[in-house]
Amino acid sequence: MRLSLNSRLSAFSALLPALLVMLVVYVGATSWTVWMSLTNSRMLPNNNFVGLRQYEMLLGNDRWITSVHNIVIYGVLLVSLALVVGFLLAVAIDQRVRAEDTIRSIYLYPYSMSFIVTGLVWQWLLNPTLGIQHVLRSWGFEGATFDWIVRPETAIYCLVIAGVWQASGLVMAIMLAGLRGVDEEIWKAARVDGLPKWRVYVSIIVPMMGASFATAAVLLSTGVVRLYDLSVSMTNGGPGIASEVPAKFVMDHLFERANIGLATAAATTMLITVIAVVAPYLYWRARKGGMR
Amino acid sequence: MQKSDVDIRSLQIGFGGLKVLENLNLHIAKSEFLVLLGPSGCGKSTLLNAIAGLIDVKGGEIHIGGRDVTGAEPKDRGIAMVFQSYALYPRMSVRRNMSFGLTVAGTPRDEIERRVGEAAQMLRLTGLLDRRPSELSGGQRQRVAIGRALVRHAGVYLFDEPLSNLDAQLRAELRVEIKRLHARLGATMIYVTHDQIEALTLADRIAVMQGGVIQQLDTPKKIYREPVNRFVASFVGSPAMNFIPGRITRDSGVEFIAGKSRLSLNGYAFCGQPADAPAVLGIRPEHIELTASDDPSSVSARVEMVEPMGADTLIWCRLADGTAFSFRHDADAHVRVGDTLTVRFPADALSLFDETSGQRL
Repeated sequence: MRLSLNSRLSAFSALLPALLVMLVVYVGATSWTVWMSLTNSRMLPNNNFVGLRQYEMLLGNDRWITSVHNIVIYGVLLVSLALVVGFLLAVAIDQRVRAEDTIRSIYLYPYSMSFIVTGLVWQWLLNPTLGIQHVLRSWGFEGATFDWIVRPETAIYCLVIAGVWQASGLVMAIMLAGLRGVDEEIWKAARVDGLPKWRVYVSIIVPMMGASFATAAVLLSTGVVRLYDLSVSMTNGGPGIASEVPAKFVMDHLFERANIGLATAAATTMLITVIAVVAPYLYWRARKGGMR
Repeated sequence: MQKSDVDIRSLQIGFGGLKVLENLNLHIAKSEFLVLLGPSGCGKSTLLNAIAGLIDVKGGEIHIGGRDVTGAEPKDRGIAMVFQSYALYPRMSVRRNMSFGLTVAGTPRDEIERRVGEAAQMLRLTGLLDRRPSELSGGQRQRVAIGRALVRHAGVYLFDEPLSNLDAQLRAELRVEIKRLHARLGATMIYVTHDQIEALTLADRIAVMQGGVIQQLDTPKKIYREPVNRFVASFVGSPAMNFIPGRITRDSGVEFIAGKSRLSLNGYAFCGQPADAPAVLGIRPEHIELTASDDPSSVSARVEMVEPMGADTLIWCRLADGTAFSFRHDADAHVRVGDTLTVRFPADALSLFDETSGQRL
């Protein structure tokens, strides 16, 4: 069916604002960022092309290397732990417990909090002189030590703890929806087959929930890439530079250290990394879709 | 392969305050094919799930193979079960679907392989063993589910509406296959369905259920020919039995009066003494016969609609007093809408029911 010129025009004009935003904000800003990373801009942007010099400096920058190192640790641990904890919470709720709605709300509650608040709360909890360690010692466990947040080699794991605490509820909600989608008769068949419950979960249910795991993992990963506010509010990148992350590196260099060239080089590096991870996946998805 | 009988003694099942089954007794002999037939909500699936041990019973006992299994786990009851939605493990191959239960139970590998091979051969699944359920058709999936039940070498096989999700043609095919399987294995089978054709074709005995109560437990033939009440009469048979309200009189021999028509009941086997009372006459469409107009026990009827069904034709008629009925005639009958026919209701093919209680008279 051929659409009339009039209706094609109105369709186009309806799409135009979104298209403009797409082009100007996303494509435009991204291209400008990439261009800036090839200049020697400091506080103000300029157009002095210097090739890949900013990238060379970036790779020699200790703080950047630490940031990348941290984001890998955080990403791997957060995604895997949040998936495991969220799934276990969902399984626990799926046992037809009482007051399910209330418990579900409680589990999901942390997700409604901003990272700033989450970070502050956990900063207090993990602070050796205020939080958990202090409470344990005041109860008489004199030797109790939980000072990860003040030790450079463990500070990043504190971010992981807070992140998992915040994200597990969301993962639980996704997983619970997946579990509720499992056909009741599969459970019956498994009982007749004499399979223990844990075995049903491990061998039958989890493999069935690939889509739920993928959805949760993608949502968690986007959170990993833009990790910024948790680091700011919890440790402010410290002790020293021990819990710096890439997004914070970009922000600090952009606004505080007045080094637009280096900041945009870091931002571009992040973009390339994400594309390198996502592109093969999208390609695989597209091929799989095309084959059906 | 061992075969078990099943004995259900005054079984009670309820959910909260709702009583689903009350004081239900049923004995299923070794190697018997029993069908539980009834509309949805009649308690047939509940009964089957109770036999399987998938729901708790409130009272009574269930014995399988002479052993009291009322409190036993499903796996310890010597049963296997096939479900309506197939309930296959979706991410496992056909082979693994069939073998997984045995593997977990610690059955030796060569024994598992032997059983799976045997079941696959019986169900013509040998070429499909490495496929996933998603790569199979509905009929193949249900065959896999049956295979998963067979490898358990159970004493009793339970089927919970196994053909309801399939289209008509596959349903007929698989029905034959299940019947063949029963003949070959001689295993005890309990089969739940709401489809009376499945019940009639498969069963040694049918238990027709309504409202949690077994209405009639008998051979398919008996159930079809001599339904004990109006519910059974109307539920079994397609096209459905005709019901004509009227009354029984004994003025001059026992007769049934509907409007102006009088029908001799000479030859009808009454359960008790016939009494002068309102009653409902039931007759199956295929038992009504065309006859000559001078036959004294005949009635005349106008043709309202003709439904050709291939092998035969269903003719919808109306008596002079307005009572509608249908009857079956061979396909090449030259009957047109508006014709007047003379038909006869043979007394030995009738069923008479009490008007209020619906019980067979």
